Amino acid sequence: MAIVFQKPKSLTDVPYHYCPGCTHGIVHRLVAEAIDALGIEGKTIGIAPVGCSVMAYDYFKCDMIEASHGRAPAVATGVKRALPDHVVFTYQGDGDLASIGLCETVSTACRGENVTIIFINNAIYGMTGGQMAPTSLIGQVTQTSPYGRDPKTQGMPIRICELLATLDAPAYLERVAVNSVAHVRQAKKAIHKAFQNQVEGKGFSLVEVISTCPTNWGLTPEKACQFVEEKMIPFYPLGCFKDKENGK
Amino acid sequence: MTYETIMAGFGGQGLLFSGKVLAHAALIENKELSWLPSYGPEMRGGTCNCSVIVSDDPVGSPIIAHPNVLMVMNEPSLDKFEDTVAPGGTIFVDSSLIERKVRRTDVTVVYIPATQMAKDMEAVSLANMIILGAIVQKLGCVKPETLTAAIKETISARKAALLDLNLKAVALGENFIAG
Amino acid sequence: MSEKVLMKGNEAIAEAAIRCGCRHYFGYPITPQTEIAAYMSKRMPKIDGTFLQAESEIAAINMVYGCAATGRRAMTSSSSPGISLKAEGMSYLAGADLPALIVNVQRGGPGLGGIQPSQSDYFFMTRGPGHGDFHIIVLAPATVQEMADMTRLAFELGEKYRMPAMLLADGTMGQMMEPVVLPEDTVDPATIPATKPWATTGTEMKRAHNIVNSLYLKPDELEKTNYERFARYAKLEAEECRWEEYLMDDAEVCVVSVGITARVAKNAIVAARKEGIKVGMIRPITLFPFPKAALAKAAAKVKGFLTVELNMGQMNEDVKLAINCAKPVNMCNRVGGMIPSADEVLAAIRKEAK
Repeated sequence: MAIVFQKPKSLTDVPYHYCPGCTHGIVHRLVAEAIDALGIEGKTIGIAPVGCSVMAYDYFKCDMIEASHGRAPAVATGVKRALPDHVVFTYQGDGDLASIGLCETVSTACRGENVTIIFINNAIYGMTGGQMAPTSLIGQVTQTSPYGRDPKTQGMPIRICELLATLDAPAYLERVAVNSVAHVRQAKKAIHKAFQNQVEGKGFSLVEVISTCPTNWGLTPEKACQFVEEKMIPFYPLGCFKDKENGK
Repeated sequence: MTYETIMAGFGGQGLLFSGKVLAHAALIENKELSWLPSYGPEMRGGTCNCSVIVSDDPVGSPIIAHPNVLMVMNEPSLDKFEDTVAPGGTIFVDSSLIERKVRRTDVTVVYIPATQMAKDMEAVSLANMIILGAIVQKLGCVKPETLTAAIKETISARKAALLDLNLKAVALGENFIAG
Repeated sequence: MSEKVLMKGNEAIAEAAIRCGCRHYFGYPITPQTEIAAYMSKRMPKIDGTFLQAESEIAAINMVYGCAATGRRAMTSSSSPGISLKAEGMSYLAGADLPALIVNVQRGGPGLGGIQPSQSDYFFMTRGPGHGDFHIIVLAPATVQEMADMTRLAFELGEKYRMPAMLLADGTMGQMMEPVVLPEDTVDPATIPATKPWATTGTEMKRAHNIVNSLYLKPDELEKTNYERFARYAKLEAEECRWEEYLMDDAEVCVVSVGITARVAKNAIVAARKEGIKVGMIRPITLFPFPKAALAKAAAKVKGFLTVELNMGQMNEDVKLAINCAKPVNMCNRVGGMIPSADEVLAAIRKEAK
């Protein structure tokens, strides 16, 4: 019988600890599929962040390093400089990449470091129990914005792809979502490209994945996907913000 | 014998460099030595000094409390270090830049118009090397030929054009003492 | 044997590191250690190495963390305020049991403080520079020669005990030049990672994945790692304590000092001996592990101790602990970038001898 569906080879058999409806599982899978498709598992080193995906090191079969909060791009830089022929990726959430680690993110992008960054933007701090993230939407209720995010006192959400697109060095910046089958397909393509770019030595590639957090959003998984469509995507438009090789 | 030398003046006068050349000469002669600069935001214009110890015995502290050789290229440095000089020590004063006389009577003083001499050879920045030549000639802390060798080794390749001028400056200082 | 050359302490560290197979330096400029970065920026590109001026001290230490995870000899250097920023990274290095070299050329503090020499990071470095229960190896050179030699020692001990190791110097040590015989360039950097089976160098599909990590959510497991780490520290203390004894045979007063102040103290001791005062010195070379046994042994013979330090009495406490307060432990200190003169130390010795 023909196999029509199976687990990517570069994922371990450790069961995910993620909440029901959380899209980390989908993105993990897309990353693993890219690693499998490019045949790079044996020479890939992944950097796990601090946040819900902190234990990503248990899920990927490649060598893994756990970084401190926000520092994954710096750690990735250290690895890449030691192993320039290897493939190095970070997997980071919005608090990690866009708040505490923003300096490392921008600087690594600015150096054009030949690494791949997978940026999970679900507009909330998941692991610590649902606090306001730098990407939380205006009016979004979280544990630390109980009256809704007020731009007067809590500032505006940050758009990372647009911010990084102002830099000359990055090779590829794209924002995708995983709230529908069509979006997952696009996300798969983008993530694959972000890894392929590195293999081909093209430089810094970042894919921002608009994700869900049903638990801390207080929504069912289905409603969370609707929230992405109706609230997140209008503020965080999907698309490619930089693709150097294609003149963008 | 231990020569504890402080070279002091303004930043930009090349004091750290002349100290380095002296230290390098001591290295060539296989003597014990240390070189310690003042450091910080006092490069050009501010006060600047370095301490060089050249000795037949291992150097203890590189910090000199009582120099027996003092080279001063501005008046604030003379004011600062004059009283610290060990009795019997020697003070080399750039008399083109420092008007006042040394007040101490228990030390030997050499007044040398080094900056004027340097101007005369159209290399005002080499007054430090003129005084260094005088120090070596006067005290014999290293041999003159070692000083020449040290200059050759210390001057970086991209400044090779300055080599002859440096050697000339040192010779001027030596002749100033030898007469 | 290599020939004797004249080098600044900072430069000697940099060149020695290269000769020990270090090909990766990550740093950020700060006085008075910037010569290390400057030296590396010149040399590394010529030997296929990495010099990277990071965006911050925090990034630099985390680059070291990533590089060390691949089994390479990686290093960073800074001075006191920058070391505060590296505390996070040092804790993670320790938590992940990664060897790496961190150089701290101390300046006066707290806060921005000054840029002149200091030993006021003593507590910070020796107690465990960061959150959590841990230590790093702390070596205190007192000559440019030792700065070169201890660079090698720091890499070797760090790898042997799987710990970050620090060279703890001060501004004077970093800036001064002395003749130095550099270590032979015998370490092939390519051979080092192979000695580290835990390194994340890519599985090459030949082994299970390696994970470099300091997260243990199960308390019993985390407790185990802490005990295991402290067992290593105990072994380190038993086997790797280093110190220098100077004129201690008949000493009645024992000076305890490290780095630049130990050299000033040596001059004072020579002068005191001329006055007939029986004084000697124990100069700790390893600050962690601290040579407690040597001090305890001396306590049985001497009338008292005198620490000479550039802080408000930080090592003084360690001496008291080491000798269980069996004898008086007094202090001659200056802070803020000031250094006690040999005369000041001599006066303090005279007072002790009375």
